[in-house]
Amino acid sequence: MKTRSMSAGSKSRFLAALVMTVLGTAKALCVVAFAAATLSLSPPRASAQVSAERLLNSSKEPQNWLMYSGDYAGHRFSALNQINVANVATLVPKWAYQTMAGGKFEATPLVVDGILYGTGQDDRVYALDARSGRPIWQYQQTLPADIRPCCGRVNRGLAIFGDKVFVATLDAHVVALDSKTGNVVWDATAAEHAKGYSFTLAPLVIKNLVLVGVSGGEYGIRGFIEAYDAATGARKWRFYTIPGPGEPGHDSWEGDSWKIGGSPAWITGTYDPATNTTFWTTGNPSPSNRGEGRAGDNLYSNSLLALDPATGKLKWHFQFTQHDEHDYDATQVPVMIDDGERKWIAQANRNGFFYVVDRTNGKLISATSYAKVSWSTSKDANGRPVPDKAGSPTPEGNRVCPGALGATNWMSPTYDPQTKLFYVTAREQCDIFATAPQPYEAGHAYYGSAYFPNDETQPFWGALRALDPATGKLKWEWKHSSPAWAGVLSTAGGLVFTGDAEGNFIALEAASGKVLWHFQCGASVFASPMSFAIDGKQYVAVAAGSALFAFGLP
Amino acid sequence: MFALRRDVLLKFSPKPQKRLAIAAGIIVLALLSAGGLRLEAQEKNPYAGDAKVAKLGEYQFRSNCAFCHGLGAQGGGRGPDLTRAQKHHGNTDAELFHNIHDGIAGTAMPAATNGGIGVGMSDEEIWQVITYIRSVEKKASAAETGDAAHGKELFYGATGCGTCHMMNGKGGRLGPDLSSTGASRSVEYLTESLRNPSKRLAQGISEPLKDFSQEYETVTVVTSDGTKLQGVVLNEDSFTVQMLDTREQLHAFEKSKLRSYVKTRESLMPAYDAKALPEKELKDIIAFLLAASEKGGGQ
Repeated sequence: MKTRSMSAGSKSRFLAALVMTVLGTAKALCVVAFAAATLSLSPPRASAQVSAERLLNSSKEPQNWLMYSGDYAGHRFSALNQINVANVATLVPKWAYQTMAGGKFEATPLVVDGILYGTGQDDRVYALDARSGRPIWQYQQTLPADIRPCCGRVNRGLAIFGDKVFVATLDAHVVALDSKTGNVVWDATAAEHAKGYSFTLAPLVIKNLVLVGVSGGEYGIRGFIEAYDAATGARKWRFYTIPGPGEPGHDSWEGDSWKIGGSPAWITGTYDPATNTTFWTTGNPSPSNRGEGRAGDNLYSNSLLALDPATGKLKWHFQFTQHDEHDYDATQVPVMIDDGERKWIAQANRNGFFYVVDRTNGKLISATSYAKVSWSTSKDANGRPVPDKAGSPTPEGNRVCPGALGATNWMSPTYDPQTKLFYVTAREQCDIFATAPQPYEAGHAYYGSAYFPNDETQPFWGALRALDPATGKLKWEWKHSSPAWAGVLSTAGGLVFTGDAEGNFIALEAASGKVLWHFQCGASVFASPMSFAIDGKQYVAVAAGSALFAFGLP
Repeated sequence: MFALRRDVLLKFSPKPQKRLAIAAGIIVLALLSAGGLRLEAQEKNPYAGDAKVAKLGEYQFRSNCAFCHGLGAQGGGRGPDLTRAQKHHGNTDAELFHNIHDGIAGTAMPAATNGGIGVGMSDEEIWQVITYIRSVEKKASAAETGDAAHGKELFYGATGCGTCHMMNGKGGRLGPDLSSTGASRSVEYLTESLRNPSKRLAQGISEPLKDFSQEYETVTVVTSDGTKLQGVVLNEDSFTVQMLDTREQLHAFEKSKLRSYVKTRESLMPAYDAKALPEKELKDIIAFLLAASEKGGGQ
């Protein structure tokens, strides 16, 4: 039984209902105003219901941000152009919403018809008036004391469908909330949180199903991706990311290691309606930094998976890092890129390579390093980088690039169809990997290693890099003072937005990488930006510290 | 996954959550009673002296602590040397447990619970770590190797350390405050810092009471009116710099408005080689650093 800590009272329900009514009335007006602006927009909608059709055609309503990456392709691109290279220098903060929670704020909010739906640390969920940042309802998942989030009490966001929003929580539940009230509609338990299972990602809705992937690669879980009926919360399918006995790929694990082999799937996937295929990526095998005891490629860890969204059946897989010993989770958004007849998935991987894969069959097209790499110095017959034995962690420590936190991490990249460039937050950091054998014990840390910053005189650094997917080549880079943890948004205004660890939120010219504007948020940006519009005015939003900031033109 | 351990260590500590007064009261009461019970249960190490447990603790230490405190617990770029018997934040089992379990407020030391260090350690695992730390502690005080009183004379006199370094409220501001350095750094670390300060600077000399890493890089700027200033970086980001010049004057600049901005990782501190600082005098100064901090200040 989950309780709502902040909006349970009848008074706040009344307030919420009142605000919704006011907004509902105002909506028709504002959409008219909006359409009169320079942007091209679809006609106003009578209902706030988010249909499967609206999700499929998200590009037709750029004023809204309907899913984690903005669209099914994973582009994190906004077609809004009111804020652009000519006026971005005048951008000002319009409002901030404080979650009042500690820890890293990694979420991307959704905006639907004037209402912003977001999550915060500790599995808070909130609906705001997107004009003012004022809360309409708030929900707090009651988390048990024995949850096992490896890397902070984080959540990255929601999915929306019909009249519900969906959140996947640190206690391994999937919860549907009424989008008008924040009331729990259904609450499904996916797995045992005390054994190390948790959720941190924003779910993905495809048709009537809510898709999620589990976290827990630090606890020796057996990873999975699964789907729930949006109406009832009934589980429709589960795909284990580690094949069981008798299944293809099972022999890529030594002995019983497959049972505790990790391979979580903790970043939101993408979806190609043309072939009805959903693309998901998986994380490290467990223990993450010690290969002893799990000889083999360890399928489907660190892989790209093509699944049938209706059944969870695997169509094909591509493994980025075989038998990983450096925590190179492939949990970066698999971005769909179409170039004429070519149908690609592009991914800047944590292991330092930028991969382009044919998404119709899973065949590798190219793999080019976009950051310093030393774990692999050779490629197999298909052009896939293979690990060097010399890079394995040792008891004394072995220096390898990228370090354990990767050449990038979960923060979203963006693909800008106008510049045809792929932008990624790159991290230049090598680490010393030393083994530390750990026995498996349910719910306890199971990663078998230590890592340390290396002793080089050059401090760690990072950069926003613009890559050409057609060649893998670097078009430009903008250096950060230190490795950053912010994702990237591109917009039709010719801009890319990102943040840095020093608290700056930054706008750059997408074509050149020239900085055009920056704002000091007061705390590190650990999130990916998004954009929306209301009343004909475009906003750009990003989380930093404990606050969600919305910026607009003066 | 292991997403963000480093950032947990480097960045802001979580801010207290605002709650209604009544709710806060209830929580405080609950915490007090739970805390009281816990203290009783956790003031003595149940595994003290158990070599097998110390080995398990070493693995836990490598995975959770070595990132800052070094593989052998002798201190790294950020974390203090834990092989020292005298620890700045307490020496008893209960204090060690508390410091690991809950972190040390105002320092880079995070809590070993979920969302703190790595993936979180259980109470049992924390005791394993303490058992390991005890097994590598050096019993003798390192201060005994030199003459602390002479070291103090040198510090504020001939070697000029006190011109730039503060010791318990007395000295300069340009370099790191050394009041607690003796309690947290190994003799080897201190020796190297004197003999070759730029090498240490390469990895940063984080002060324990800062939640961002101040690295004392040397900066030289020329302002728009042509004034040239040299000093140390207090903090900086891509667009601004906050610095102390060699006269201890504070400056803050927007980088884009400077005529030039050059930062190096060569320390402004002179390297004290064996000619400038003979071995015996070096030992005396280190003895002063160790003695001063072991007494908790007050020299």
